[in-house]
Amino acid sequence: MRKQIVYVIAFLAILGIPALRAESAATPQELIVSAAASLTNAFQEIGKKFESAHTDAKIIFNFGASGALLQQIEKGAPVDVFASADQKTLDQAGEKKLILPDTRKDFASNSLVLVVPTGSKISIKSSEDLLAKDVTRVSLGNPEAVPAGRYTQDALSSEGIWEALKPKFINGGSVRQVLDYVSRGEVDAGFVYATDAATAGDKVQVAVVMEKHKPILYPIAVVAATQQKDLSQRFIDFILGQEGQEILAKYGFGKP
Amino acid sequence: MTTSIAPLVLSLKVAGLATLAAFVIGVAFAFFLVRARFWGKEWLDAVLTLPLVMPPTVLGYYLIVIVGRNGWIGRWLYETFGVTLMFTWQGAVLASTVVSLPLVFKAARTAFENVDQNLERAARTLGLSEAAVFLRVSFPLAWRGIMAGAMLAFARAMGEFGATLMVAGNLPGKTQTLSLAVYDAVQAGNDQLATTLVLITSLVCMSVLVCSGRILKAQYLKEGNR
Repeated sequence: MRKQIVYVIAFLAILGIPALRAESAATPQELIVSAAASLTNAFQEIGKKFESAHTDAKIIFNFGASGALLQQIEKGAPVDVFASADQKTLDQAGEKKLILPDTRKDFASNSLVLVVPTGSKISIKSSEDLLAKDVTRVSLGNPEAVPAGRYTQDALSSEGIWEALKPKFINGGSVRQVLDYVSRGEVDAGFVYATDAATAGDKVQVAVVMEKHKPILYPIAVVAATQQKDLSQRFIDFILGQEGQEILAKYGFGKP
Repeated sequence: MTTSIAPLVLSLKVAGLATLAAFVIGVAFAFFLVRARFWGKEWLDAVLTLPLVMPPTVLGYYLIVIVGRNGWIGRWLYETFGVTLMFTWQGAVLASTVVSLPLVFKAARTAFENVDQNLERAARTLGLSEAAVFLRVSFPLAWRGIMAGAMLAFARAMGEFGATLMVAGNLPGKTQTLSLAVYDAVQAGNDQLATTLVLITSLVCMSVLVCSGRILKAQYLKEGNR
């Protein structure tokens, strides 16, 4: 019986762990920013810089595939700022009157690359090499929701090998998932942005820089349903300003 | 309609095979744990029950580390046979098996514990071998309890999402089960397809629950009459 009491106390103690975290007294203004997965590292640093410049503000990031983020906003997610990896997603948001059109600005550009796991035994020098027999799995973002996947489809269709490669495709839920598949060596190659390839360090190698796709331009806008238009606008201005642009450049993003 | 049939067929195939695998493994371990006496018995029980408590993503991560192309077992599989479970429906079966195993195992253990040991002893005195005692006495007496567990395991396997997504990916027509197809449809804003898939899933899961409820009820009635 005494033993059982000890177990009950241990169980309750585990349940009590969350109570140990002290709640902070002051509640700063929270700004929720939904941003394309490829922006993860750069935006986290920009967020920290913005918070130290605006001590009353707290930025909460929601990273994911641009298409999925749009769906969340459409279903009423309390988002203030939306940064997408392509124009189409923000065009759709504009048509559905989900963003304030006059706040929309392009803030960065990127390029699409084909990466392979470091030390891969398969030689890939061009996207046509993916047709080779020893390449069995090629990962790309799901074109329905992931802009990087749409750019990939665009580039491979222009080269006329999209249909032929289809059986080898492993769809990722976001561009970062594709990067993860390649860096773990689960797939033979994958299409990601140049900036993603850079964050993976020495786990992946860039094999080909893709060219035959629409220019990759990142737009940002204030979400129409926001309660904090001023703070949202200040965050966008910060990204377009010198400090924001420097951080983006550091992570490999180009000028818009 | 065709876009919703493929995920349904795949889900039924994956859940069916996973339930079968969980059934064999779960019953074997349950019988072993009820009959054998050794140190660490309850620890083994906890390990086998763990998938019920842990988030599926944690299980998915464990599975990637173990069966991924560079995993402990995965590397060996890939280098020796040139096969990998990642992004295959067999990988989905593995994930679903792990997730649903505790449901069969727990139910089977309880069922075996409730079998009257005097009946087993009587069978032995009448000259039955150990295997025959299991097949003709213990197993038939525990059958209903085990079946109820298997039904729940099937329902759980039908709904599996997290571990499956991490191990088998989300490939339409190859590894996209019902739950993954719903996720994809919602992500892409295809609400019409999502609604169809959700209705199909609800219907299948309801049927399984009603069936398992019937079996459980029969079990109580039987015990009540004894």
